[in-house]
Amino acid sequence: MDIYATELMGAKTYDVAGNYVGRVREFFIEPAEAPNRVSHYLLSRGHFQPLVAKHNQVASVAAGKMELNVGERALELYKPNESWLAVQKDLLDQQIIDTSGRKVVRVNDVDLSPLRTNGNVELRLTQVDVGLPGAVRRLLQGVVPSKVVRKLQSKLPQSGIRWEFVNLVEPDPMRRLKLRITHEKLEDLHPADIAEIMEDLSAAERQGIIASLDEETAAAVLAELDERLTTQIVEKLDPEKAADILEEMAPDAAADLLGDLSKETSEELLHEMPGQEADEVRELLEFDPATAGGMMNPDFVFVGEASTREEVLQWMRGQEMNFDQLDTIVLLDNAAQFSGTVPVARLLLAATDQRMTELKMEPLLSLPASADDKEVFELFDKYNLRMLTVIDKVNRPIGAITVDDVVSHLLK
Amino acid sequence: MDRIRGVIRPFRKRIAMFFAIVGPGLIVSNVDNDAGGIYTYAQSGAQFGNTVLWTLIPMTLVLYISLEMCARLGAYSGKGLSDLIREEFGFRVTFFLMAVVLVVNLGNVMAEFTGVFWATDVLGINKYVSVPLSAVLVWVLVVHGSAKWVERIFLTICMVYFSYVISAFMAKPDWLIALLHLLPPHLTQFVPTIKPFVQVPTFNATYAVIIAGLVGTTIAPWQHFYLQAAVVEKRVGPRQYAHTRNDVLVGSISCMVIVFFIIVCTAATLYVKGIHHIDNAGTAALALKPLAGKGASVLFAIGLLNASIFAASILPLSTAYVVCEALGFESGIDRKLGEAKIFYGLYTALIIVGAGLVLFLGAHANTILLWSQVLNGFLLPVVLIFILILVNRRDLVGDKVNSRSFNWVAWISTVAMIVLTLVVAYTSIRELFH
Repeated sequence: MDIYATELMGAKTYDVAGNYVGRVREFFIEPAEAPNRVSHYLLSRGHFQPLVAKHNQVASVAAGKMELNVGERALELYKPNESWLAVQKDLLDQQIIDTSGRKVVRVNDVDLSPLRTNGNVELRLTQVDVGLPGAVRRLLQGVVPSKVVRKLQSKLPQSGIRWEFVNLVEPDPMRRLKLRITHEKLEDLHPADIAEIMEDLSAAERQGIIASLDEETAAAVLAELDERLTTQIVEKLDPEKAADILEEMAPDAAADLLGDLSKETSEELLHEMPGQEADEVRELLEFDPATAGGMMNPDFVFVGEASTREEVLQWMRGQEMNFDQLDTIVLLDNAAQFSGTVPVARLLLAATDQRMTELKMEPLLSLPASADDKEVFELFDKYNLRMLTVIDKVNRPIGAITVDDVVSHLLK
Repeated sequence: MDRIRGVIRPFRKRIAMFFAIVGPGLIVSNVDNDAGGIYTYAQSGAQFGNTVLWTLIPMTLVLYISLEMCARLGAYSGKGLSDLIREEFGFRVTFFLMAVVLVVNLGNVMAEFTGVFWATDVLGINKYVSVPLSAVLVWVLVVHGSAKWVERIFLTICMVYFSYVISAFMAKPDWLIALLHLLPPHLTQFVPTIKPFVQVPTFNATYAVIIAGLVGTTIAPWQHFYLQAAVVEKRVGPRQYAHTRNDVLVGSISCMVIVFFIIVCTAATLYVKGIHHIDNAGTAALALKPLAGKGASVLFAIGLLNASIFAASILPLSTAYVVCEALGFESGIDRKLGEAKIFYGLYTALIIVGAGLVLFLGAHANTILLWSQVLNGFLLPVVLIFILILVNRRDLVGDKVNSRSFNWVAWISTVAMIVLTLVVAYTSIRELFH
């Protein structure tokens, strides 16, 4: 039968000869050895130095009572160890990330399942309890007999999170390394969900998570976060790491972010970035954020208006493209000037040898980079646009505003 | 797939909206001048005249010190007070603390609706109309009000506090003498030029009880929870901290300025005319009519109504939030029920029960108010000691722990506050069993 951390805390411990040794005050998991096995038990005995029992020294465990398979003399004195995860101190009442439910929760109790091996009992951490049963146990354990508590809580709705889905939050990078905390599970979530999870954590914890995510995920998460948080996080990051993350972001998102930072920091980060990306972002930074130029993304797909559907598709297959930008294609005439746009959907339905110029959307819409955001919103609204081309003074396309840019600007 | 996500967000966004409006420091301090507070200030002015005014400056200091620690704790640890208590002191402590917070705050909510009742009584409105109406108003404002409207209404409310300044002027006090009473009374006796104008209070039991009452209504546990939560939800970090500290300072001072005008107003009228005892804040307003004119009386009542409604909208909101956060209702308990339902349920229950008890208990409501003051007397010391322990933890706030001298001042004022709130608790207990 499973045993709960609250039932184990304070359990009286006896050695192989039946002599009283002390009470369990804490127990640890050594993630480097086994990710879910209780590896050490801290036994306190009044004003003597506390002892430590290892997992292979435990003969039996029940609520309130533990028996060892060795004599007291075989136990070592307790020495704190940074690479041990302390269940009471590091887990109970702390916030963890539930990667299956995609949210931040607080731990009420921990479920342990005994595993009998040759001559000893090992406890395996199976799930953390974040619901009412755990709360009831925490409240009543030691006041009311264990049996009564068990009976009471069995009627309550369970809400546990399997240990595999628990992602610990540890701001200290050294400790994170020692405890083998990774965010692999977290990285599988949608960036928007990670961003939402991060909003529930404290600044130091957010910092810890961003620092340990891979750059691509970190970039996507930063793009989803509240801008106030984004600036706080980027300012505190190691500049090299920050530049790597910025590099992964779409240039317009990177420019938005850098625009919120101080001139110095933003220059420092641009300096760290590779030349071409940095130049793109620098150009965007020149624009006022409340203009078409400030909203646009300089990465867009453009082709000559005389090319056929087949030629365009052939060419596109050879390119490594970002799907976000692949909604509408911009057409150029012989003088490299803007001549119209073709939605990819229309391209798909066209005959193979149809020329791009025949597929053009009417009316021909574009805005200069200096146009203010109100104009952009009005055009999107009036013509139900999904994308709008931004042109320079000589009618050459320099960027594209997509509908998601409009939505995020409207929500600001 | 977990569908609760969509429900949770609106609630957190809504809370964030309230926290972001105006400065949390200003809100916390202004809500402090609620129905219970106004009654205590009016009563102290009526009973002892200007001689209680000297306490305002030390009280401002103590209010600022205790609130600043919370703001700092929030800005540097990035966690709310209830979160920190849960993480550092465990589930059981948090559970009992939250149970007491709930009862004490329910008492406070009742006091606010009693304030609505007194104020509208003076203005000639039936309580069966005014109390339910204000309860509905408060509920709708918080649950459905847009950010723009809530902000406008709150700003207007903050302006209406000015009515106390006007009614104080209508009472025609001697301003210079009132200002001189802000100085420590015994020190003024050493200055011959001002000595004849300053009345020295005689320190006896009744005086001590009034002072304790003043402190008890001024520094309330809920403020600390609210302020720290607001600092965290507003994402105030080390860089924005200086701004927040100023907000807290301005709030503490502005709160005390209003208190000054209320006391001066009743001191210049009721105290001078020998009306030393008033039953409630409403009677204070009524008593002003023959002494300072109908205008002053009505303004006083409007101020009371305003303050009561303001506090009645903030208190249940902050209580529900703090309790949900501390006990982890956001996630656990019952996934199907969802966080938002528990939060709004608690919030609605506080308003309905608070307003309902005031309407249907009549005189018995007073007993509940006294009990909540007793509990408050025990809650405040615990909360303050927790704050002091937490704010001195380097692992939580880094090098922003209290300096040695700050700790001295903070511990001394905490002990002083504890003694005074226990005095209030003691007198309330005596009254209960008399």
